[in-house]
Amino acid sequence: MSAHADTHAHDDHGHHHKETFVTKYIFSQDHKMIAKQYLITGTIMGVIGVLMSIMFRMQIAWPEEPNVLFEALLGKWAPGGVMDADIYLALVTIHGTIMVFFVLTAGLSGTFSNLLIPLQIGARDMASGFLNMVSYWLFFLSSVIMVISLFVEAGPAAAGWTIYPPLSALPMAQGGSGAGMTLWLVSMAIFIASSLLGSLNYVVTVINLRTKGMSMTRLPLTIWAFFVTAIIGIVSFPVLLSAALLLIMDRSFGTSFFLSDIFIQGEVLHYQGGSPVLFEHLFWFLGHPEVYIVLLPALGITSEIIATNSRKPIFGYRAMVMSILAIAFLSTIVWGHHMFISGMNPFLGSVFTFTTLLIAIPSAVKAFNYITTLWKGNLQMNPAMLFSIGLVSTFITGGLTGIILGDSALDINVHDTYFVVAHFHLVMGISALYGMFAGIYHWFPKMYGRMLNKNLGYLHFWVTAICAYGVFFPMHFIGMAGLPRRYYTNSNFPLFDDTANANVVITMFAIVGGIFQLVFLWNFFYSIFYGKKTTQNPWRSNTLEWTAPIKHIHGNWEGEIPHVHRWAYDYSKPGHEDDFVPQNVPLYDGEEELQH
Amino acid sequence: MTAFLTIIIVLFIGVAIWQMVKIFDLAQVGSSNSQVATDKDNKINGYLMMGFLVFIYAITIASFWYLGDLPLMSNSASEHGPGLDNLMIISMVLIFIVQTITQFLLHYFAFKYKGEKGRKALFYADNNTLEAIWTLIPVVVLAGLIIYGLFTWTSIMNVEETEDTLVVELYAQQFNWKARYAGDDNVLGMANVRLIDIDRANILGLDESDPYAQDDIITTELHLPVGRPVLFKMRSQDVLHSAYMPHFRAQMNCVPGMITQFGFTPTVTTAEMRQNPDIVEKVANINALRAENRADIEARGQEVTYEFDYLLLCNKICGKSHYNMQMKIIVETQEEYDAWIKEQKLFKNSLTN
Repeated sequence: MSAHADTHAHDDHGHHHKETFVTKYIFSQDHKMIAKQYLITGTIMGVIGVLMSIMFRMQIAWPEEPNVLFEALLGKWAPGGVMDADIYLALVTIHGTIMVFFVLTAGLSGTFSNLLIPLQIGARDMASGFLNMVSYWLFFLSSVIMVISLFVEAGPAAAGWTIYPPLSALPMAQGGSGAGMTLWLVSMAIFIASSLLGSLNYVVTVINLRTKGMSMTRLPLTIWAFFVTAIIGIVSFPVLLSAALLLIMDRSFGTSFFLSDIFIQGEVLHYQGGSPVLFEHLFWFLGHPEVYIVLLPALGITSEIIATNSRKPIFGYRAMVMSILAIAFLSTIVWGHHMFISGMNPFLGSVFTFTTLLIAIPSAVKAFNYITTLWKGNLQMNPAMLFSIGLVSTFITGGLTGIILGDSALDINVHDTYFVVAHFHLVMGISALYGMFAGIYHWFPKMYGRMLNKNLGYLHFWVTAICAYGVFFPMHFIGMAGLPRRYYTNSNFPLFDDTANANVVITMFAIVGGIFQLVFLWNFFYSIFYGKKTTQNPWRSNTLEWTAPIKHIHGNWEGEIPHVHRWAYDYSKPGHEDDFVPQNVPLYDGEEELQH
Repeated sequence: MTAFLTIIIVLFIGVAIWQMVKIFDLAQVGSSNSQVATDKDNKINGYLMMGFLVFIYAITIASFWYLGDLPLMSNSASEHGPGLDNLMIISMVLIFIVQTITQFLLHYFAFKYKGEKGRKALFYADNNTLEAIWTLIPVVVLAGLIIYGLFTWTSIMNVEETEDTLVVELYAQQFNWKARYAGDDNVLGMANVRLIDIDRANILGLDESDPYAQDDIITTELHLPVGRPVLFKMRSQDVLHSAYMPHFRAQMNCVPGMITQFGFTPTVTTAEMRQNPDIVEKVANINALRAENRADIEARGQEVTYEFDYLLLCNKICGKSHYNMQMKIIVETQEEYDAWIKEQKLFKNSLTN
């Protein structure tokens, strides 16, 4: 298992090609630049996604009231400032798609896998810089297509981010299922190609390009998380691709994979013999692992940041690795818990309940290990650390309600209510977003050579933390009252009138939380140019990326790549004067390395 | 307008806080401005962590106080309901215990061990006993929950059709529900959307030559006799829908091209439920809120006074009017049900030529 990078690396640096603006900033093959490209693209998509959520939250709180914001942004979809019911569904759909795929998959994994894999394992670059570049540009292309789809005549895709047919397959069922859905499918197909190229690159790089001494048991947990995430992506994304292709066939070439016996708008359609349940299986075979594709990198980032800022080794390194592997394995055999009441055989429901609740065990181990890592630490409350602690908090709060949703019997009654919305937003949405923020605050100096302003970071964290709970905690209770999600307005159900005030409070928190992301954006873009210059190793961290020069060079290190002599978590180790010992520092005479 | 004013106010608050931070920032220029947390930052944020713990507990209590009547955990109206509610309550109690303890530990540690210059953290990388404990405890607790849950699930989903069972078809289309009763023979006639003939008012596509179909009855309200097991056979003619009957703890998707099913036994009539003290209180509360919004409600052409009724809601996104796809459910005594069903038109008599 020890394939080293030095043969590949020794002659890469030294003879720099002359770099033009285009090769340096646009069609760059340098992983550090590609990481930045992913981050900026993901951020822009994130702004769109969050703005959409604020708009539909306003509609839920003040249904059918004229709103200047709608009038300004939605145009013909908000005549007189009143949001149209179709565009409401479209906003919900595109918000989900953008946040899950474009922000939390590409924006998170794309940024940090690219930045950290070569730097933390001690490699000059990704195994294939060219594929890496292609991967980013495919992602960019798919983002552009997704944004363009917002402007088609009949409206963007509006069948929910899960695009269940027949709703997504029949333009007569919904305006958004015409050209909008075609563009959605094309965009996602390209996105999946991009994701696969990226993932293959990550896996190959981690396996082949580790520097001398970087055994798998010395890998930082970030790399373990990115590595396993990439494997899950390779296993599950092609299945979504096949589902998308089959849906395209049904939509455009008259096949009947997912459709059968349909009478709509006065006519019987020719489809015969297909089943929407088949689509649900294919979709969730990716859809559930996708949760972990989003979450594992965030957990990896958190592991690294909590250990560094606690000045303590991560507690239970081996258990952490095992739980990542266990989660990865289990994540591919639990998809049916999204389909308990889809009409599939109830016996399957029993099986999926069993496997689903099993996944709580490695998750619990991770949460307890984070808490124990804090115990008797010397906590450095940098913004990245706050976001990491925040992640553990929302991961617990959101994860616990999974015990209810994963239980097929209980799911009968809360399925597709706001209880589900609250659950998954906390456990994967907010948690992964916190992981992403934590990563940005922590590695910004590595990316841009400058520091983010910490006071703005504190402000950003505390307001975001309060608003996240303010939005999603009461939402559980609205779900427990039986309120279905994806309703344009609840005013046709007096039964739910007593949830209206809570919906207003939730929307207020959402608006404040959304606005305070501007603090982050300002801090981010301002600091790129005017932030305080960073020192070599500002967080006094052990991992290899902090041994690379601040100014980015192609090939990462001048001279030889550092060799690794210890794991990444020798913080506050007795026998050392400093409270950190970087991985490239050799053991002194008689020092024992921890065995994992 | 309120929405717009709110946004403006929030915006101003945001700007104000931002300005304050900038001032705070400028005031710091003299000191070492490295953007790495100092002891002072550690201390402030450590205290804020405790404050945040209080916030989490507060929002928990507030949610229970204002939204805690949790209709889905009480007053179920079906035979399997109480068992399900029981499982829900056990799970919830468990969740709240774990949530309270772990959030306390997390935030308390963040406060207690906030960094100070010169202190060294404890080098503590592993403890197999501890890890075994917090692996095994979830295993045991979850095993209990899984077994309880699976028994509940199996007993709900494995519906035995007996002679006494009332078979009803739920038929979903964009954007309304229909119910089809089997008539005196208690057997639903064959049907397929290909047989729909709007001109002859055969709207559910019944097979007109099937003798079982002749006495079928199609209605737009769902009436159920109390205490009698009912088995729903569900069809959809266009897209996915989901038949959600929250008061009965019942839900199943309606899928074009296949027939899905769900069965339960209603135990409380609509009239009885309206007398239930919890429901009386809930309805009074809703009516008080509706009185405040009288103008809006009347502008929409709706009744201001709300009276409790069981409902069937669509709970799977199905298109533009998904938010208004509902059907009233009335649970009544067998006699009332018999009288009602007698008044309905048989399929063979409802066709036009």
